[in-house]
Amino acid sequence: MNAEVTTPSLSGRNIISISDLTYDEIILILETSKSFLEVSKREIKKIPTLRGKTVINLFYEPSTRTRTSFEIAGKRLSADVINISEKSSAAMKGETLSDTSKTINAMDADVLIIRHPLSGSPYIVARNIDCPVINAGDGWHEHPTQALLDLFTIKQRLGLFRGLKAAIVGDILHSRVARSNILAFTKMGIEVTVVAPQTLIPKDVQKLGAKVAPDFDDVISDVDIIYMLRIQLERMSRAYFPSIREYCRYYGLNQDRLRNAKDGALVMHPGPINRGIEIESEVADLAQSTIVEQVTSGVAVRMAILYLILSGEPVE
Amino acid sequence: MPKMEKARIMDASEMARAILRISHEIAEKNQGCGNIRLVGIRKRGVPLSARIAKNIRKIEGCDVPVGILDITFYRDDLRINPHPVVQGTEINFDINDLDVVLVDDVLYTGRTIRAALDALMDFGRPRTIQLAILVDRGHRELPIRPDYVGRNVPSSTKERVRVHLEEIDGEDEVVITE
Repeated sequence: MNAEVTTPSLSGRNIISISDLTYDEIILILETSKSFLEVSKREIKKIPTLRGKTVINLFYEPSTRTRTSFEIAGKRLSADVINISEKSSAAMKGETLSDTSKTINAMDADVLIIRHPLSGSPYIVARNIDCPVINAGDGWHEHPTQALLDLFTIKQRLGLFRGLKAAIVGDILHSRVARSNILAFTKMGIEVTVVAPQTLIPKDVQKLGAKVAPDFDDVISDVDIIYMLRIQLERMSRAYFPSIREYCRYYGLNQDRLRNAKDGALVMHPGPINRGIEIESEVADLAQSTIVEQVTSGVAVRMAILYLILSGEPVE
Repeated sequence: MPKMEKARIMDASEMARAILRISHEIAEKNQGCGNIRLVGIRKRGVPLSARIAKNIRKIEGCDVPVGILDITFYRDDLRINPHPVVQGTEINFDINDLDVVLVDDVLYTGRTIRAALDALMDFGRPRTIQLAILVDRGHRELPIRPDYVGRNVPSSTKERVRVHLEEIDGEDEVVITE
Protein backbone atom coordinates (compact mmCIF):
# COMPACT_ATOMS: atom_id res chain seq x y z
CA MET A 1 0.00 0.00 0.00
CA ASN A 2 1.46 3.30 -1.10
CA ALA A 3 -0.42 5.22 1.55
CA GLU A 4 1.88 3.82 4.24
CA VAL A 5 4.94 5.40 2.66
CA THR A 6 3.67 8.96 2.98
CA THR A 7 2.04 8.55 6.39
CA PRO A 8 3.40 11.32 8.62
CA SER A 9 5.24 10.20 11.75
CA LEU A 10 6.22 12.00 14.93
CA SER A 11 8.18 9.10 16.31
CA GLY A 12 11.11 10.25 18.43
CA ARG A 13 10.58 13.91 17.59
CA ASN A 14 10.91 17.06 19.70
CA ILE A 15 7.92 19.40 19.81
CA ILE A 16 9.37 22.77 20.69
CA SER A 17 7.77 25.07 18.13
CA ILE A 18 4.70 24.85 15.91
CA SER A 19 7.07 25.46 13.01
CA ASP A 20 8.52 21.96 13.69
CA LEU A 21 5.21 20.49 12.47
CA THR A 22 3.74 20.18 8.99
CA TYR A 23 0.06 20.52 8.12
CA ASP A 24 -0.25 16.73 7.77
CA GLU A 25 1.46 16.10 11.10
CA ILE A 26 -0.95 18.47 12.85
CA ILE A 27 -3.90 16.68 11.23
CA LEU A 28 -2.44 13.36 12.47
CA ILE A 29 -2.24 14.71 16.04
CA LEU A 30 -5.81 16.00 15.91
CA GLU A 31 -7.21 12.77 14.43
CA THR A 32 -5.40 10.70 17.05
CA SER A 33 -6.66 12.99 19.82
CA LYS A 34 -10.25 12.06 19.01
CA SER A 35 -9.62 8.45 20.08
CA PHE A 36 -8.11 9.62 23.35
CA LEU A 37 -11.14 11.76 24.08
CA GLU A 38 -13.10 8.49 24.09
CA VAL A 39 -10.60 6.89 26.51
CA SER A 40 -11.10 9.76 28.98
CA LYS A 41 -14.85 9.15 28.97
CA ARG A 42 -14.52 5.48 29.97
CA GLU A 43 -15.17 4.21 33.44
CA ILE A 44 -11.62 2.84 33.56
CA LYS A 45 -9.62 5.76 32.18
CA LYS A 46 -6.40 3.89 31.61
CA ILE A 47 -4.87 2.06 28.70
CA PRO A 48 -1.56 0.15 28.76
CA THR A 49 -0.03 1.83 25.71
CA LEU A 50 3.01 3.46 27.36
CA ARG A 51 3.60 0.96 30.14
CA GLY A 52 7.22 1.07 31.27
CA LYS A 53 7.88 4.53 29.78
CA THR A 54 9.10 7.35 31.98
CA VAL A 55 7.75 10.85 31.43
CA ILE A 56 9.46 13.73 33.24
CA ASN A 57 7.59 16.97 33.86
CA LEU A 58 10.25 19.62 34.51
CA PHE A 59 8.50 22.83 35.53
CA TYR A 60 10.39 26.02 36.35
CA GLU A 61 7.24 28.14 36.45
CA PRO A 62 3.96 27.80 38.31
CA SER A 63 1.33 25.93 36.33
CA THR A 64 -1.73 23.95 37.28
CA ARG A 65 -3.45 23.14 34.04
CA THR A 66 -0.52 22.35 31.78
CA ARG A 67 1.40 20.31 34.35
CA THR A 68 -1.66 18.43 35.55
CA SER A 69 -2.81 17.91 31.99
CA PHE A 70 0.51 16.32 30.98
CA GLU A 71 0.53 14.29 34.18
CA ILE A 72 -2.97 12.95 33.63
CA ALA A 73 -2.20 12.29 29.96
CA GLY A 74 0.88 10.25 30.87
CA LYS A 75 -0.88 8.36 33.64
CA ARG A 76 -3.92 7.47 31.50
CA LEU A 77 -1.43 5.92 29.07
CA SER A 78 0.17 3.92 31.94
CA ALA A 79 3.50 5.78 31.76
CA ASP A 80 5.36 6.63 34.97
CA VAL A 81 5.16 10.39 35.37
CA ILE A 82 7.64 12.23 37.54
CA ASN A 83 7.09 15.90 38.40
CA ILE A 84 10.04 18.12 39.14
CA SER A 85 9.40 21.73 40.06
CA GLU A 86 12.03 24.38 40.43
CA LYS A 87 11.55 24.66 44.17
CA SER A 88 12.07 20.96 44.75
CA SER A 89 14.97 20.58 42.33
CA ALA A 90 18.70 21.05 42.47
CA ALA A 91 18.26 24.27 40.47
CA MET A 92 17.73 25.86 43.88
CA LYS A 93 21.25 24.76 44.70
CA GLY A 94 22.61 26.42 41.59
CA GLU A 95 22.61 23.60 39.06
CA THR A 96 22.46 24.83 35.45
CA LEU A 97 19.71 23.75 33.07
CA SER A 98 22.15 21.79 30.93
CA ASP A 99 23.46 19.91 33.98
CA THR A 100 19.93 19.14 35.13
CA SER A 101 19.23 17.81 31.61
CA LYS A 102 22.29 15.59 31.73
CA THR A 103 21.25 14.27 35.12
CA ILE A 104 17.79 13.38 33.89
CA ASN A 105 19.32 11.83 30.79
CA ALA A 106 21.42 9.54 32.96
CA MET A 107 18.19 8.23 34.48
CA ASP A 108 16.93 7.09 31.05
CA ALA A 109 13.79 9.18 30.71
CA ASP A 110 11.70 8.47 27.61
CA VAL A 111 10.32 11.96 27.16
CA LEU A 112 10.92 15.26 28.91
CA ILE A 113 8.35 18.03 29.17
CA ILE A 114 9.73 21.44 30.09
CA ARG A 115 8.23 24.74 31.15
CA HIS A 116 10.75 27.53 31.69
CA PRO A 117 10.58 31.33 32.05
CA LEU A 118 13.38 31.85 29.52
CA SER A 119 12.63 31.69 25.78
CA GLY A 120 14.58 28.98 24.00
CA SER A 121 15.41 26.91 27.06
CA PRO A 122 13.85 23.71 25.58
CA TYR A 123 16.59 23.86 22.92
CA ILE A 124 19.27 23.82 25.63
CA VAL A 125 17.58 20.80 27.19
CA ALA A 126 17.25 19.02 23.83
CA ARG A 127 20.98 19.42 23.18
CA ASN A 128 21.83 17.70 26.45
CA ILE A 129 19.37 14.83 26.46
CA ASP A 130 18.75 11.81 24.22
CA CYS A 131 14.97 11.60 24.61
CA PRO A 132 12.37 13.76 22.85
CA VAL A 133 11.61 17.14 24.43
CA ILE A 134 8.17 18.75 24.55
CA ASN A 135 7.93 22.48 25.15
CA ALA A 136 5.22 23.26 27.71
CA GLY A 137 5.84 26.99 27.45
CA ASP A 138 9.16 28.87 27.30
CA GLY A 139 9.20 32.54 28.20
CA TRP A 140 7.66 34.68 25.46
CA HIS A 141 8.54 32.16 22.78
CA GLU A 142 6.05 29.33 22.29
CA HIS A 143 3.52 26.97 23.85
CA PRO A 144 2.86 24.52 21.02
CA THR A 145 0.62 22.04 22.86
CA GLN A 146 -1.72 24.91 23.78
CA ALA A 147 -2.06 25.82 20.10
CA LEU A 148 -2.73 22.17 19.20
CA LEU A 149 -5.43 21.76 21.85
CA ASP A 150 -7.00 25.01 20.66
CA LEU A 151 -7.06 23.68 17.10
CA PHE A 152 -8.62 20.46 18.37
CA THR A 153 -11.32 22.41 20.22
CA ILE A 154 -12.08 24.45 17.09
CA LYS A 155 -12.26 21.27 14.99
CA GLN A 156 -14.65 19.67 17.46
CA ARG A 157 -16.91 22.74 17.49
CA LEU A 158 -16.73 24.01 13.92
CA GLY A 159 -15.59 20.92 11.98
CA LEU A 160 -13.05 22.65 9.73
CA PHE A 161 -10.33 25.29 9.62
CA ARG A 162 -9.96 26.64 6.12
CA GLY A 163 -11.71 29.95 5.61
CA LEU A 164 -12.24 30.70 9.30
CA LYS A 165 -11.19 34.02 10.78
CA ALA A 166 -9.79 34.50 14.25
CA ALA A 167 -9.00 37.53 16.38
CA ILE A 168 -6.36 37.08 19.05
CA VAL A 169 -6.89 39.85 21.59
CA GLY A 170 -4.71 41.15 24.37
CA ASP A 171 -1.12 40.98 25.46
CA ILE A 172 0.42 39.63 22.25
CA LEU A 173 3.88 40.88 23.20
CA HIS A 174 4.38 38.71 26.28
CA SER A 175 2.31 35.79 25.06
CA ARG A 176 3.85 32.51 23.96
CA VAL A 177 0.31 31.30 23.37
CA ALA A 178 -0.21 34.10 20.83
CA ARG A 179 2.96 33.18 18.97
CA SER A 180 2.17 29.46 18.78
CA ASN A 181 -1.46 30.10 17.92
CA ILE A 182 -0.68 32.57 15.13
CA LEU A 183 1.68 29.99 13.58
CA ALA A 184 -0.73 27.09 14.07
CA PHE A 185 -3.90 28.88 12.96
CA THR A 186 -2.36 30.31 9.80
CA LYS A 187 -0.78 26.94 8.96
CA MET A 188 -4.24 25.36 9.02
CA GLY A 189 -5.77 28.10 6.87
CA ILE A 190 -7.33 30.29 9.56
CA GLU A 191 -6.87 34.02 8.99
CA VAL A 192 -5.53 35.70 12.12
CA THR A 193 -5.86 39.33 13.22
CA VAL A 194 -4.17 40.44 16.43
CA VAL A 195 -5.91 43.13 18.44
CA ALA A 196 -4.06 45.04 21.15
CA PRO A 197 -2.76 48.44 22.14
CA GLN A 198 0.36 49.34 20.13
CA THR A 199 2.54 48.83 23.18
CA LEU A 200 1.55 45.17 23.43
CA ILE A 201 2.11 44.26 19.78
CA PRO A 202 5.50 42.74 18.93
CA LYS A 203 7.40 44.54 16.19
CA ASP A 204 7.42 41.85 13.51
CA VAL A 205 4.10 40.16 14.19
CA GLN A 206 3.12 40.40 10.50
CA LYS A 207 6.05 38.14 9.67
CA LEU A 208 4.30 35.37 11.61
CA GLY A 209 1.35 35.77 9.24
CA ALA A 210 -1.03 37.88 11.32
CA LYS A 211 -2.78 41.13 10.49
CA VAL A 212 -2.86 43.90 13.09
CA ALA A 213 -5.88 45.92 14.17
CA PRO A 214 -5.92 48.45 16.98
CA ASP A 215 -9.71 48.57 17.35
CA PHE A 216 -11.49 45.50 18.77
CA ASP A 217 -14.93 46.70 17.65
CA ASP A 218 -13.82 46.91 14.02
CA VAL A 219 -12.78 43.27 14.04
CA ILE A 220 -15.29 41.46 16.27
CA SER A 221 -18.16 41.37 13.77
CA ASP A 222 -15.99 39.65 11.18
CA VAL A 223 -14.47 36.69 13.05
CA ASP A 224 -15.50 33.11 13.89
CA ILE A 225 -13.08 32.80 16.81
CA ILE A 226 -12.48 35.40 19.51
CA TYR A 227 -9.34 34.33 21.32
CA MET A 228 -8.78 36.31 24.50
CA LEU A 229 -5.37 36.38 26.19
CA ARG A 230 -4.67 36.85 29.84
CA ILE A 231 -3.18 40.14 30.93
CA GLN A 232 0.13 38.89 32.29
CA LEU A 233 0.90 41.41 34.99
CA GLU A 234 3.74 39.18 36.23
CA ARG A 235 5.61 39.59 32.94
CA MET A 236 5.13 43.34 32.70
CA SER A 237 8.09 45.23 34.04
CA ARG A 238 6.68 48.63 33.10
CA ALA A 239 3.36 50.26 32.25
CA TYR A 240 2.09 49.15 28.86
CA PHE A 241 -1.32 50.78 29.22
CA PRO A 242 -2.62 53.58 31.45
CA SER A 243 -4.92 51.51 33.67
CA ILE A 244 -6.66 48.16 33.94
CA ARG A 245 -9.96 49.99 33.67
CA GLU A 246 -9.03 51.60 30.40
CA TYR A 247 -7.71 48.29 29.07
CA CYS A 248 -11.06 46.63 29.92
CA ARG A 249 -12.99 49.32 28.14
CA TYR A 250 -11.10 48.97 24.86
CA TYR A 251 -9.88 45.38 24.84
CA GLY A 252 -12.02 43.45 27.31
CA LEU A 253 -14.73 41.07 26.08
CA ASN A 254 -18.09 41.94 27.59
CA GLN A 255 -21.67 41.17 26.63
CA ASP A 256 -22.22 44.52 24.91
CA ARG A 257 -19.25 44.01 22.67
CA LEU A 258 -20.11 40.36 22.02
CA ARG A 259 -23.54 41.39 20.66
CA ASN A 260 -21.75 42.66 17.55
CA ALA A 261 -20.04 39.30 16.96
CA LYS A 262 -21.23 36.64 14.52
CA ASP A 263 -23.82 34.20 15.86
CA GLY A 264 -22.06 31.29 17.51
CA ALA A 265 -18.60 32.81 17.28
CA LEU A 266 -16.34 30.85 19.66
CA VAL A 267 -14.99 32.59 22.74
CA MET A 268 -11.64 31.03 23.64
CA HIS A 269 -9.10 31.67 26.36
CA PRO A 270 -6.03 29.64 27.33
CA GLY A 271 -6.65 30.16 31.05
CA PRO A 272 -6.24 31.02 33.78
CA ILE A 273 -8.83 33.73 33.22
CA ASN A 274 -8.93 37.06 35.03
CA ARG A 275 -12.70 37.41 35.40
CA GLY A 276 -13.68 41.01 34.96
CA ILE A 277 -10.42 42.09 33.33
CA GLU A 278 -9.91 40.66 29.84
CA ILE A 279 -13.20 38.80 29.95
CA GLU A 280 -16.47 39.62 31.69
CA SER A 281 -17.49 36.89 34.09
CA GLU A 282 -20.85 36.18 32.38
CA VAL A 283 -19.17 35.91 28.98
CA ALA A 284 -16.75 33.28 30.24
CA ASP A 285 -19.69 31.05 31.15
CA LEU A 286 -21.69 31.34 27.91
CA ALA A 287 -22.34 28.25 25.78
CA GLN A 288 -20.20 29.71 22.99
CA SER A 289 -17.27 29.92 25.40
CA THR A 290 -14.92 26.91 25.05
CA ILE A 291 -12.75 27.70 28.07
CA VAL A 292 -13.59 24.54 30.03
CA GLU A 293 -13.71 22.37 26.91
CA GLN A 294 -10.17 23.51 26.04
CA VAL A 295 -8.97 21.87 29.24
CA THR A 296 -10.63 18.56 28.31
CA SER A 297 -9.13 18.83 24.82
CA GLY A 298 -5.75 19.43 26.44
CA VAL A 299 -5.63 16.00 28.05
CA ALA A 300 -6.66 14.22 24.82
CA VAL A 301 -4.21 16.16 22.66
CA ARG A 302 -1.32 15.60 25.09
CA MET A 303 -2.13 11.89 25.22
CA ALA A 304 -1.99 11.83 21.42
CA ILE A 305 1.34 13.69 21.37
CA LEU A 306 2.94 11.36 23.94
CA TYR A 307 1.61 8.33 22.07
CA LEU A 308 2.78 9.53 18.65
CA ILE A 309 6.25 10.51 19.89
CA LEU A 310 6.83 7.26 21.78
CA SER A 311 5.45 4.77 19.25
CA GLY A 312 6.69 3.61 15.88
CA GLU A 313 10.23 3.54 14.53
CA PRO A 314 12.16 6.68 15.39
CA VAL A 315 12.83 8.71 12.26
CA GLU A 316 16.57 8.97 11.70
CA MET B 1 4.35 -3.05 -5.80
CA PRO B 2 1.12 -5.09 -5.70
CA LYS B 3 1.70 -8.63 -4.56
CA MET B 4 1.05 -11.49 -6.99
CA GLU B 5 -2.31 -13.13 -6.40
CA LYS B 6 -1.71 -16.81 -5.83
CA ALA B 7 -5.09 -18.30 -5.17
CA ARG B 8 -8.63 -17.25 -4.45
CA ILE B 9 -9.81 -19.45 -1.64
CA MET B 10 -13.26 -17.99 -1.07
CA ASP B 11 -15.65 -16.13 -3.36
CA ALA B 12 -18.63 -13.95 -2.46
CA SER B 13 -21.21 -16.73 -2.16
CA GLU B 14 -18.89 -18.99 -0.16
CA MET B 15 -18.17 -16.10 2.16
CA ALA B 16 -21.87 -15.34 2.58
CA ARG B 17 -22.55 -18.99 3.46
CA ALA B 18 -19.69 -19.09 5.95
CA ILE B 19 -20.90 -15.91 7.68
CA LEU B 20 -24.47 -17.27 7.76
CA ARG B 21 -23.25 -20.51 9.34
CA ILE B 22 -21.27 -18.61 11.96
CA SER B 23 -24.38 -16.51 12.72
CA HIS B 24 -26.45 -19.69 13.23
CA GLU B 25 -23.75 -21.17 15.47
CA ILE B 26 -23.58 -18.01 17.60
CA ALA B 27 -27.36 -18.02 18.06
CA GLU B 28 -27.36 -21.77 18.81
CA LYS B 29 -24.52 -21.74 21.31
CA ASN B 30 -25.93 -18.77 23.20
CA GLN B 31 -29.53 -20.02 23.12
CA GLY B 32 -31.02 -17.04 21.39
CA CYS B 33 -29.59 -13.59 21.37
CA GLY B 34 -30.75 -11.85 24.55
CA ASN B 35 -27.27 -11.68 26.09
CA ILE B 36 -25.09 -11.44 22.99
CA ARG B 37 -23.05 -8.36 22.20
CA LEU B 38 -21.01 -8.31 18.99
CA VAL B 39 -17.72 -6.40 18.86
CA GLY B 40 -15.90 -6.05 15.55
CA ILE B 41 -12.15 -5.47 15.58
CA ARG B 42 -11.00 -2.71 13.25
CA LYS B 43 -10.77 -2.77 10.40
CA ARG B 44 -12.46 -5.70 8.69
CA GLY B 45 -14.08 -7.16 11.79
CA VAL B 46 -16.41 -4.14 11.72
CA PRO B 47 -18.39 -4.95 8.54
CA LEU B 48 -18.25 -8.66 9.40
CA SER B 49 -19.88 -8.06 12.80
CA ALA B 50 -22.55 -5.91 11.13
CA ARG B 51 -23.34 -8.75 8.71
CA ILE B 52 -23.55 -11.29 11.52
CA ALA B 53 -25.93 -8.97 13.40
CA LYS B 54 -28.10 -8.71 10.28
CA ASN B 55 -28.18 -12.51 9.96
CA ILE B 56 -29.07 -13.01 13.61
CA ARG B 57 -31.93 -10.54 13.21
CA LYS B 58 -33.29 -12.71 10.40
CA ILE B 59 -32.74 -15.96 12.31
CA GLU B 60 -33.89 -14.94 15.78
CA GLY B 61 -35.85 -11.77 15.07
CA CYS B 62 -33.95 -9.60 17.52
CA ASP B 63 -31.38 -6.80 17.35
CA VAL B 64 -27.94 -7.56 18.75
CA PRO B 65 -25.96 -4.44 19.72
CA VAL B 66 -22.74 -4.09 17.73
CA GLY B 67 -19.61 -2.28 18.92
CA ILE B 68 -16.28 -1.38 17.37
CA LEU B 69 -12.90 -2.01 18.95
CA ASP B 70 -9.63 -0.33 17.92
CA ILE B 71 -6.82 -2.30 19.55
CA THR B 72 -3.95 0.01 18.60
CA PHE B 73 -3.40 1.23 22.17
CA TYR B 74 -3.10 -2.34 23.43
CA ARG B 75 -0.57 -3.66 20.92
CA ASP B 76 2.66 -5.28 22.09
CA ASP B 77 4.66 -4.06 19.09
CA LEU B 78 4.44 -0.26 19.37
CA ARG B 79 8.13 0.15 18.64
CA ILE B 80 8.29 -2.40 15.83
CA ASN B 81 5.46 -1.24 13.63
CA PRO B 82 4.77 2.30 12.54
CA HIS B 83 1.64 3.43 14.27
CA PRO B 84 -1.42 3.08 12.12
CA VAL B 85 -3.86 5.95 12.27
CA VAL B 86 -6.06 5.28 15.25
CA GLN B 87 -9.74 5.35 14.43
CA GLY B 88 -11.20 4.88 17.85
CA THR B 89 -13.38 2.52 19.82
CA GLU B 90 -17.17 2.74 19.95
CA ILE B 91 -18.72 0.47 22.53
CA ASN B 92 -21.87 2.28 23.60
CA PHE B 93 -23.33 -0.50 25.73
CA ASP B 94 -22.65 -2.27 28.98
CA ILE B 95 -20.82 -5.59 28.63
CA ASN B 96 -20.95 -6.70 32.28
CA ASP B 97 -22.28 -10.27 32.69
CA LEU B 98 -23.05 -10.56 28.98
CA ASP B 99 -21.69 -12.81 26.24
CA VAL B 100 -19.39 -10.81 23.99
CA VAL B 101 -18.49 -12.21 20.58
CA LEU B 102 -15.30 -10.69 19.15
CA VAL B 103 -15.27 -10.67 15.35
CA ASP B 104 -12.23 -10.40 13.09
CA ASP B 105 -11.34 -11.38 9.55
CA VAL B 106 -8.11 -13.40 9.89
CA LEU B 107 -6.72 -15.26 12.91
CA TYR B 108 -2.93 -15.64 12.69
CA THR B 109 -0.49 -15.24 15.61
CA GLY B 110 -3.26 -14.43 18.11
CA ARG B 111 -1.60 -11.20 19.21
CA THR B 112 -4.42 -9.00 17.95
CA ILE B 113 -6.91 -11.08 19.93
CA ARG B 114 -4.71 -10.89 23.04
CA ALA B 115 -4.79 -7.09 22.71
CA ALA B 116 -8.55 -7.14 22.05
CA LEU B 117 -9.15 -9.19 25.21
CA ASP B 118 -7.20 -6.67 27.27
CA ALA B 119 -9.07 -3.77 25.67
CA LEU B 120 -12.44 -5.39 26.28
CA MET B 121 -11.66 -6.05 29.95
CA ASP B 122 -11.25 -2.29 30.40
CA PHE B 123 -14.92 -1.91 29.53
CA GLY B 124 -16.19 -4.33 32.15
CA ARG B 125 -16.45 -7.98 33.06
CA PRO B 126 -18.36 -9.98 30.46
CA ARG B 127 -19.73 -13.42 31.40
CA THR B 128 -17.96 -14.94 28.40
CA ILE B 129 -15.88 -13.70 25.50
CA GLN B 130 -16.15 -15.76 22.34
CA LEU B 131 -14.21 -15.41 19.11
CA ALA B 132 -15.61 -15.51 15.57
CA ILE B 133 -13.11 -15.55 12.69
CA LEU B 134 -13.66 -15.70 8.96
CA VAL B 135 -10.31 -17.31 8.13
CA ASP B 136 -8.03 -19.20 10.52
CA ARG B 137 -4.62 -19.48 8.92
CA GLY B 138 -2.76 -21.13 11.83
CA HIS B 139 0.71 -20.21 13.19
CA ARG B 140 -0.49 -19.21 16.64
CA GLU B 141 2.08 -17.66 18.97
CA LEU B 142 -0.30 -17.49 21.94
CA PRO B 143 -2.75 -19.97 23.48
CA ILE B 144 -5.82 -18.57 21.72
CA ARG B 145 -8.45 -20.50 19.75
CA PRO B 146 -11.56 -19.38 17.88
CA ASP B 147 -15.10 -20.50 18.78
CA TYR B 148 -16.51 -19.92 15.31
CA VAL B 149 -14.48 -20.33 12.11
CA GLY B 150 -15.51 -19.61 8.52
CA ARG B 151 -12.70 -21.58 6.94
CA ASN B 152 -9.43 -23.14 8.08
CA VAL B 153 -6.69 -22.27 5.61
CA PRO B 154 -3.32 -23.94 6.13
CA SER B 155 -0.77 -21.36 5.05
CA SER B 156 2.94 -20.70 5.06
CA THR B 157 4.30 -17.76 7.06
CA LYS B 158 5.66 -16.34 3.78
CA GLU B 159 2.16 -16.06 2.39
CA ARG B 160 -0.36 -13.32 3.09
CA VAL B 161 -4.01 -14.13 3.55
CA ARG B 162 -6.16 -11.17 2.53
CA VAL B 163 -9.86 -10.85 3.20
CA HIS B 164 -11.58 -8.35 0.92
CA LEU B 165 -14.99 -7.08 1.89
CA GLU B 166 -17.44 -5.17 -0.25
CA GLU B 167 -17.87 -2.38 2.34
CA ILE B 168 -14.12 -1.62 2.32
CA ASP B 169 -12.59 -3.17 -0.78
CA GLY B 170 -15.53 -3.23 -3.19
CA GLU B 171 -15.75 -7.01 -3.43
CA ASP B 172 -16.13 -10.10 -1.23
CA GLU B 173 -13.30 -12.62 -1.52
CA VAL B 174 -10.39 -14.24 0.30
CA VAL B 175 -7.07 -14.53 -1.53
CA ILE B 176 -3.62 -15.81 -0.72
CA THR B 177 -0.69 -13.82 -2.05
CA GLU B 178 3.00 -14.41 -1.76
